[in-house]
Amino acid sequence: MGKTLYEKVWEAHTVRELPDGRTQLFIDLHLIHEVTSPQAFAMLKERGLKVRFPDRTFATVDHIVPTEDQREPFGDPLAQTMLSALRENVREHGITFFDLGSGRQGIVHVVGPEQGLTQPGFTIACGDSHTSTHGAFGAIAFGIGTTQVRDVLATQTVAVNKLKVRRINVHGRLQPGVYAKDVILHIIRRLGVKGGLGYAYEYGGEVIERMDMESRMTIANMSIEGGARVGYMNPDETTFEYLKGRPFAPRGEDWARAVTTWRSLASDPDASYDDVVDIQGEEIPPTVTWGVHPGQSAPIDGAVPDPIEFPEPERAAIEDALRYMKLKPGQPIKGVKVDVAFIGSCTNARLSDLREVAKYLKGHKVAPGVRALVVPGSQQVAKAAEEEGIAEVFIEAGFEWRSAGCSMCLAMNPDRLEGDELAISSSNRNYKGRQGSPQGRTVLASPIMVAAAAVAGEIADAREVFGIGGQHA
Amino acid sequence: MPKIQRISGRGVPIPGHDIDTDRIIPARFLKTITFEGLGEGLFYDERFDAEGNPKPHPLNDPRFRGARIMVVGPGFGSGSSREHAPQAIKRAGFDAIIGVSFAEIFFGNATQIGLVCVRAESDQVARLMEAIERTPETLIEIDLAQMTVGYAGEGFPIQLPPAVREAFLRGKYDPLEVLLEAEAAIEAMDKARPKPGGQNVY
Repeated sequence: MGKTLYEKVWEAHTVRELPDGRTQLFIDLHLIHEVTSPQAFAMLKERGLKVRFPDRTFATVDHIVPTEDQREPFGDPLAQTMLSALRENVREHGITFFDLGSGRQGIVHVVGPEQGLTQPGFTIACGDSHTSTHGAFGAIAFGIGTTQVRDVLATQTVAVNKLKVRRINVHGRLQPGVYAKDVILHIIRRLGVKGGLGYAYEYGGEVIERMDMESRMTIANMSIEGGARVGYMNPDETTFEYLKGRPFAPRGEDWARAVTTWRSLASDPDASYDDVVDIQGEEIPPTVTWGVHPGQSAPIDGAVPDPIEFPEPERAAIEDALRYMKLKPGQPIKGVKVDVAFIGSCTNARLSDLREVAKYLKGHKVAPGVRALVVPGSQQVAKAAEEEGIAEVFIEAGFEWRSAGCSMCLAMNPDRLEGDELAISSSNRNYKGRQGSPQGRTVLASPIMVAAAAVAGEIADAREVFGIGGQHA
Repeated sequence: MPKIQRISGRGVPIPGHDIDTDRIIPARFLKTITFEGLGEGLFYDERFDAEGNPKPHPLNDPRFRGARIMVVGPGFGSGSSREHAPQAIKRAGFDAIIGVSFAEIFFGNATQIGLVCVRAESDQVARLMEAIERTPETLIEIDLAQMTVGYAGEGFPIQLPPAVREAFLRGKYDPLEVLLEAEAAIEAMDKARPKPGGQNVY
């Protein structure tokens, strides 16, 4: 019987079984940022411990950075304290830090792959639930809490339980105007936000195999929204092509050996899975959320559900969501007025995301009354987009072009919703209050759908707004 | 680390599905370099309006003051990996959560800091919620040796992964000391494993 990539990587990193039955797992790459690391460094200091392998630890700053005015000291002294604490910690422990002045700063899950730190077969941990993103490379990558950040800093290992593996096949092709974001929102809608509990998701099938790395990252990124702490794709030529020549990727003779190793890690054809789910790519519509968790979504030409058609306890959950979102049962999704359009976050702020939107946005204008912003995922993404003329397209259309950071995805910085503003957002979470206002409303969608809504002033079908796939309004 | 076998105290029901960690502790409370004082931010935006006036919420209800056990619905702790969420719950005076299911990262974070999260059948949890809603002074007892919850003459079985139960019973839920013991094996694995940016590593 063959093995899955998950099993192979797990075995290769097992230091030992712990007396309580958990596994002590070695972590190849530890990524840290300013929000979840300061307490871990403090705990380390308290115990008189050092960072065990500083050359396996890399830092960036992303959650709290202002994206408009980055002059220091920041307007928010708390944000400045967090950045200063990180600077002090990385200096003391000799950790590579992609600071604001480095030209390589950005959202941790954009920076890792971009720098070639993320490699197939790695175990990767970070105090951030969207660490699953790195699974796109055939890595086993997962979010951890701050006490575990301490464990990894001190020992390069963590105590964890092995997961089951669910294979999710996306067969066939996607229709024009349907993107990776729609695929993962569709998967979450189908399997539910708790569907992935206890599982690692392995994504495969023709649709996934044909996807570029950045699209794969979008899908792996939101595994956690489906309840799966880990999500991954098997490494293939697309993966190797992406990594070749990146600053921290293997080079010279190492490269060929690395590729041979990486190929051998892919799940065997006769591997057995704890569960298999099949989805037909042609059936996936452009998808947007209407509720207060990422599983509450509908096709763009669909309608908000009517709670009356559902049994308890689902009915109560839908009623609560509609009350919060100020939507009416059965109301069409299209036509809901938007106040803010946000393109950014570790889900959808990579160069290909921005490039794809710019291709269609040219010649269009953001509707009056809509605040639209683009926040590139990293300084490198920003630089490339500026050089390619992508930034200019956004600016001419009426978007604000910002500096790299997490921005309005979670509002730990000046970018946030006010009152009950409704944002259409390329980010990953539509929880109550997520975007900074306790009454703020979030609709998750692909970047192209965000742009379409920005132009229309209301939730709209990008295929109609931009004439994608021969469709016109 | 004390051994944890029995937790008893009064409860507070926090009904709802899929309560995410952004609701448990809004992101703005994460702008800190310590965990101190986080208890104040627990469920803040559900407990207080924009002016800081209390809203109706079980945690604002004087009948449940002094509760040490939270009783919650399915999917509790989903979303962000912020350990600030279980830290806030613990620092607000809670020792345990009885629920239907927990998001994995939240569960792991809670376990490492000795906040016990046990699962039970949803109808049992619903009955317990009703009981404390009716009689807030009901004493709840969680017994990890017997794997049961008892209250007001009633009881039901609970679930906990065997490794986690073992860790609580032995007082070894914070694994750092145990992880450090494997120094030689860790050293060897570091030498054997490729490093980002390293040479001759594959």
